[in-house]
Amino acid sequence: MSNLLEVQSVSKKFGDFTALNNVSIAVPKGSIFGLLGPNGAGKTTLIRIVNQITMPDTGQVFLDGETLKNHHIKDIGYLPEERGLYKSMKVGEQALYLAQLKGMDKSEAKKRLKMWFERLEIGDWWNKKIQELSKGMAQKIQFVVTVLHEPKLLIFDEPFSGFDPINANLIKDEILRLRDEGATVIFSTHRMESVEELCDHIALLNKSNKILDGNLMDVKRQYKTNTFEIGINPKQDNLEQELAQKFSITPASFKTLGNDLKLNIKLSENETANDLLNYLTTKGQVSHFVEIIPSANDIFIQTVKNN
Amino acid sequence: MNHLPLIIKREYLNKVKNKAFLIMTILSPLIFIALIAVVAYLSQLNNDSQRQISVLDESGYLTGVFKDSESIKYNILTDKNLENAKQIVKEADNYGLLHIKKMNSLSEAKNSVEFYSEETPSLSLISDLEKLIEIELTHKNLAEKNIDTKLIDDSKINIDITQENFSGEKTSKFDSVVKLAFGGAAGYLLFMFIIIYGNMIMRSVIEEKTSRIIEVIISSVKPIQLMLGKIIGTSLAGITQFIIWLILGGVLMVVVTAIFGIDMTQIQSPQQQMMQQAMTDPDAAEKAQIIFSAFFNLPLANLIIAFLLFFISGYLLYSSLYAAIGAAVDNETDTQQFMLPILMPLILAVYVGMFTVIEDPHGTVSTVFSFIPFTSPVVMLMRIPFGVPLWQQIVSLLLLVGTFLFTVWFAAKIYRVGILMYGKKPSYKELIKWIKY
Repeated sequence: MSNLLEVQSVSKKFGDFTALNNVSIAVPKGSIFGLLGPNGAGKTTLIRIVNQITMPDTGQVFLDGETLKNHHIKDIGYLPEERGLYKSMKVGEQALYLAQLKGMDKSEAKKRLKMWFERLEIGDWWNKKIQELSKGMAQKIQFVVTVLHEPKLLIFDEPFSGFDPINANLIKDEILRLRDEGATVIFSTHRMESVEELCDHIALLNKSNKILDGNLMDVKRQYKTNTFEIGINPKQDNLEQELAQKFSITPASFKTLGNDLKLNIKLSENETANDLLNYLTTKGQVSHFVEIIPSANDIFIQTVKNN
Repeated sequence: MNHLPLIIKREYLNKVKNKAFLIMTILSPLIFIALIAVVAYLSQLNNDSQRQISVLDESGYLTGVFKDSESIKYNILTDKNLENAKQIVKEADNYGLLHIKKMNSLSEAKNSVEFYSEETPSLSLISDLEKLIEIELTHKNLAEKNIDTKLIDDSKINIDITQENFSGEKTSKFDSVVKLAFGGAAGYLLFMFIIIYGNMIMRSVIEEKTSRIIEVIISSVKPIQLMLGKIIGTSLAGITQFIIWLILGGVLMVVVTAIFGIDMTQIQSPQQQMMQQAMTDPDAAEKAQIIFSAFFNLPLANLIIAFLLFFISGYLLYSSLYAAIGAAVDNETDTQQFMLPILMPLILAVYVGMFTVIEDPHGTVSTVFSFIPFTSPVVMLMRIPFGVPLWQQIVSLLLLVGTFLFTVWFAAKIYRVGILMYGKKPSYKELIKWIKY
């Protein structure tokens, strides 16, 4: 799979403050790429560099194999975290203006806008002023404006903030549909459950440095601890002590029907799941056996803390 | 991709369609004309009321001198003493009592005239009375000393210096007044334009920041394009407003004059008085001819071209700074500290223009200030009607354009960084740092 966006050793300083230190990322074509990191890690600076709002001090950015140039503006759709619209302008007028700034022809923009407005069931907003709309409604318009010119690369910074669960779902589905239609999505968020749900690649920034990146599943594999969550109805009373001697265990908590013994069992590197399961079956009735996959949340917290 | 026309169009339409702007555009000349009409009407009313003044002349020198005029009706009292006269005047509710004491000879005249009234009399009334009595008594005095007054009048010589420059163009004192009026109007217009529309640009930048649309916009266009688009769009809206004001104002002026029959020339401004002083009482036709020739004595072609060039560059110079201020702050209250350094040279320019150019349009101070870029647009525009050597105009303009390019660059830097900065109000030190970003 080739990369749509490649950022190579980009650094950016603001006065004495280093916002990005030699950061490289590669965003595969057709992927949803999660750009993660704590506040102030440099995500927004990186996104602004890709959008050519800020120029990097050193390093290069390639879009679809070409050095990033002015004309690439029309290939990128950007929904910034700090977003808004002209309050006193009418919805339709404003959307048309923003579309034209992205290089779209007026009549084409109008046609597509009508289609989008219909799809999101906001057709009757065309002649309303933004100040008459609620925040969530304005966010919808903003989303449409971002994707209207059918860019190759979509960059969303906290796209779901301000949406109720229904509309958040609607937007999520639209993002997935756009991906299926060929767009590549960069997705910056603090909401880890949406990372789990949507992203297939991630990069983690912390204090201006990239500390982790790759395919989400690969990352998880890398971070797995060989730990299993088990539930067992033991034949003997002292099973827990026995297990404690053999493995490193911690109490676990999940729902079961019976009054089972619930534990997290961490295996050493040369032991496998089968070894554990075979052992457990001799000791009682196994009701629960799951490998613990580190969540994006765990990975985030763990790597940022260790860094 | 050049989006400049698109941005200009939006800024223009957005301004022009704005309700407050529309109301201002239409209401301002109405209010202005109404104000003038009221002032004219009131001053007419003021003059209309005829005042009754009683005169008690105990000297006998001034019999038959006081003739009723439009504004004063004289009531000559005879055979009364002062106390009686005062009583009568009070009872008749007259404006005042003019009392001329008995005098043995005209040499006592100086302190022999008194005026009694309830309120302090108006300055013009007193000076009119003084003049009237002075002339009469002077004549009487001359006659008493056997001096022929006609001889004196005949021997008076009036001098009217005719002015001509070395290339043979005739000018008059009146020319200077017209030049002053032209230069002053041009300079003042620029000043007003900068203040009104500079502020409008600043507010529109702040609006983009507070509505947080700015990042969406500059992911599509270069900040400098957005800034220039804003400046040009707002300026065009400003010019539209100005033209509407001129047309509406002119039409209304004519209408109001026709309907109410108010003579606008009744309101005398200091300039008009100056003009009248400059013209030694010519008749109407001559008056028109003088104005006409004075107008054509102006270096018109030079004036128009210089006006356009200096006006545009001067305006752009300041408006780019306004845009930069708007970008640097989050809300309008924070703009104060940055406004002062902009307003100072502007106000200085207007005052330097008003005081030194009138005194001597080619004096050192006015010449120097017509070269300093921040004051040159206003001061040079005021000087040009008096004829400024071409090289001076060109050098001044080059300096101005150079500075303008620098401020646009500077403003664009501030703008580029500032529009994405939220939160705390930046200091000057931080602004300088932004330039290096």
